[in-house]
Amino acid sequence: MPSKNKVTVTAEPGKQEIFITREFDAPRELVFKAHIDPKLYVQWLGPHGYEMILETFEPVSGGKYRYVHKDKEGNEYGFHGTFHAMSLDSMIQTFEFEGYPGHVSLDCMMLEELPDNRTRATIHSVFQSVADRDGIIESGMERGVSEGYERLDDILVVMK
Amino acid sequence: MRRDVFQAIADPNRRAILALLAQQRLTLNGVAENFRISRPAVSRHIKILKECGLVVVIPQGRERYVEARFDKLGEVADWIEQYRQLWEGRFGRLDDVLEKMKKEK
Repeated sequence: MPSKNKVTVTAEPGKQEIFITREFDAPRELVFKAHIDPKLYVQWLGPHGYEMILETFEPVSGGKYRYVHKDKEGNEYGFHGTFHAMSLDSMIQTFEFEGYPGHVSLDCMMLEELPDNRTRATIHSVFQSVADRDGIIESGMERGVSEGYERLDDILVVMK
Repeated sequence: MRRDVFQAIADPNRRAILALLAQQRLTLNGVAENFRISRPAVSRHIKILKECGLVVVIPQGRERYVEARFDKLGEVADWIEQYRQLWEGRFGRLDDVLEKMKKEK
């Protein structure tokens, strides 16, 4: 069932940044824990239909990470980066898709406490250039494209 | 004057109007009620969106309804939408994880 909490993506034309916001019906501590506990992290990060392999995961300042999404045909898509800060107030990390090497983004995530034990997450991704921003979306699409299209159909029906 | 999709969505008010119309069609007043900017300002934004092919205005009885036309958003909408879908799927799964965590608490 689709959640009533919608993801908002803001990507202004000609800029090298993207904002993603989403609210959760859970307290901030739990949302944070789901980001730093590897057993929880693997349950939601990888796209549907892909095996999620968390190879390295050191969610502390100066730590690194690498994970691989593997599809049914055995194709592997690797991602890696470094954690700069990992606290309840802000999670800051670099992100690089190995299929698009040399193009690194800086991702800052903020978790805000909302009334009724709810949380608002805001991710601010800054890319090296506008072309990088637009390119990572195209090259990184295989991560979400299969489930994306299924749901896109539903959304288009609603929009009509 | 330039009238294309990029120009249409360059303005945050117009993006907000489109986001609102994605959920339902509204009358001009219905759109204006959701914004702090003046009604004439809302009308101007809708006029630009109309000229860019992103909305249509349909007279019905005494009302004029504004409807979004998302197929016209073309490639811009496509890539933002795909990115949104990626996070939608990911955070939908995170919801499930959070529900389990709440029960275990």
